[in-house]
Amino acid sequence: MAHKAGMEVSMAVSEVVALTDTDVVAAYPITPQTHIVEHLAELVANGELDAEFIPVESEHSAMSACLGSAAAGARTFTATAGQGLELMHEVLYVASSMRLPIVMTVANRALSAPLSVWGDHSDVMAVRDTGWIQIFTENGQEVIDNVICAFRIAEDRRVLLPVMVHLDGFNLSHMIEPLLFPEHGEVKDFLPPNNYPLPLDPRRPVAMGDFGPPVIYTEAKWAQEVNLQKSYDVILEVWQKFADKFGRKYNPVETYHGDARTLLYITGSFSETAMTAVDSMRKAGQDIGLVRLRLWRPFPFKEFRKAVKDAELLITVDRAISFGGPPPIASEIKAAIYNEPKKPKVVSFVGGLGGRDIHVDGFETIVQRGIEIARKGSQNEYEIFGVRE
Amino acid sequence: MAEQSGMIEIRWHGRGGQGAVTSAELVAQAAIAENRFAQAFPSFGPERRGAPVQAFVRVSDLSPVKVRAEITQPDVVVVLDPGLLPIVNVASGLKKGGIMVINTKKTAAQLRQEFGYTERLATVDANRIAREVLGVLITNTTMVGALVKATGVVKMESLVEPLGRRFGKLADRNFNAAKRAYDETVVEES
Repeated sequence: MAHKAGMEVSMAVSEVVALTDTDVVAAYPITPQTHIVEHLAELVANGELDAEFIPVESEHSAMSACLGSAAAGARTFTATAGQGLELMHEVLYVASSMRLPIVMTVANRALSAPLSVWGDHSDVMAVRDTGWIQIFTENGQEVIDNVICAFRIAEDRRVLLPVMVHLDGFNLSHMIEPLLFPEHGEVKDFLPPNNYPLPLDPRRPVAMGDFGPPVIYTEAKWAQEVNLQKSYDVILEVWQKFADKFGRKYNPVETYHGDARTLLYITGSFSETAMTAVDSMRKAGQDIGLVRLRLWRPFPFKEFRKAVKDAELLITVDRAISFGGPPPIASEIKAAIYNEPKKPKVVSFVGGLGGRDIHVDGFETIVQRGIEIARKGSQNEYEIFGVRE
Repeated sequence: MAEQSGMIEIRWHGRGGQGAVTSAELVAQAAIAENRFAQAFPSFGPERRGAPVQAFVRVSDLSPVKVRAEITQPDVVVVLDPGLLPIVNVASGLKKGGIMVINTKKTAAQLRQEFGYTERLATVDANRIAREVLGVLITNTTMVGALVKATGVVKMESLVEPLGRRFGKLADRNFNAAKRAYDETVVEES
């Protein structure tokens, strides 16, 4: 039987990683992810988790150690945030290209300068193209559920890819909230032992991540792309199996009053605040709903098109800037629907940067302004919410 | 601002190291133990010992807490450190009909005269209680007792389990400090 506890989400991540019988944790602490790594170190030191904890000297080393560990067939976990994810950057590609099923939670954080430890999605957007499966979460329960699912997805023989589970720095990582924890046995039932097909073994030497001259590189990359696309069905399957066992269902695109004529788009934990705004606007007679991507990679093209096709207006809020370009998620959303015969008009905002809150009334302001821009037009590619100029 | 109905929002003021976050956590855990919905979190950012900090609690009876923004219009304000009153506007955004629970030697009338507070006040000399019961000048668990007296947001007995988990051998003493504050807090009539 599951048990309920009020716990900080970061600590809960560590507790759940322990329930998965992870073999190796290689991580470097960085705000706002620190509590995850600290508590894992504690669990290993107390003998509550029988794992190797590798206290590395940087995130670049953390991911490098994870490569070796996953290649040896060990269930492997790490966590990072912001600058730490950036320092890992080049190794992230190696993990996905070498088909290594590593699971990583990212407590999303802004990027320097100016130095900010606070939350936004700049770090996520910078690793968009690294070939990892990427999942967004909106509350603590979704984080711990998806950490469990992430191991099953990553280690599935049809997938063998690393998975990032994103949780907003502070707004999720530092929240104490009621969480349902499955029992160890239930997780064991759901998550079969990692059975990596070609583990490093001195008796059967293999070369991994070898030299790829022009004659093979394109094929290697295409194989990787096809594989990531194919992981989509496995992800749905795992979420369905999770729902069957634990009663909570996750979808690649999530909607709230999704049949509304005006849809608001926001990613991650701010969506719950946005839902409260949607409730209040609906009460006032506005036909408004909410749509969110749960799955960021592979991008759920079909589901997203379906979710927005009947809307007249889609108002997007990105928590990241692409300097000199369109807001990153807005850009992908527009591209995904561009060729559709039926599609909403898209008006884009950027907000919630570097820990700036968007309150309930803030979302209401964004929606009203979005409707106004849709009616009158605007010279700007997007507007930045609440900025002082 | 629109909000969930049946929800109480509490903002804690303390200094880094005084345990405001722990108090917030204890209240949330007590509410969760009562099968209600709750959320607690610190003012986000680097930890700075001695600097004014905030912590936040939302407790909801009807539905899970959805809003994750910091609390700017609290129903209740708790002040752990009397030294904050002259330097922080602890009453900022306090709702009409709200209440402030303050660790102070002064009376409500004196505070009102000095700082012009308009809403109800609950006062207790938590420094003295903490010194006597805990032997240290850390008032966070003491002030949880004052909060419970002033608002009834959770039951005193619901604190036993979370205190035990957090403080182990020291849990009893912390509960006694909270209990003393519960008994001694003077709450203004509405």
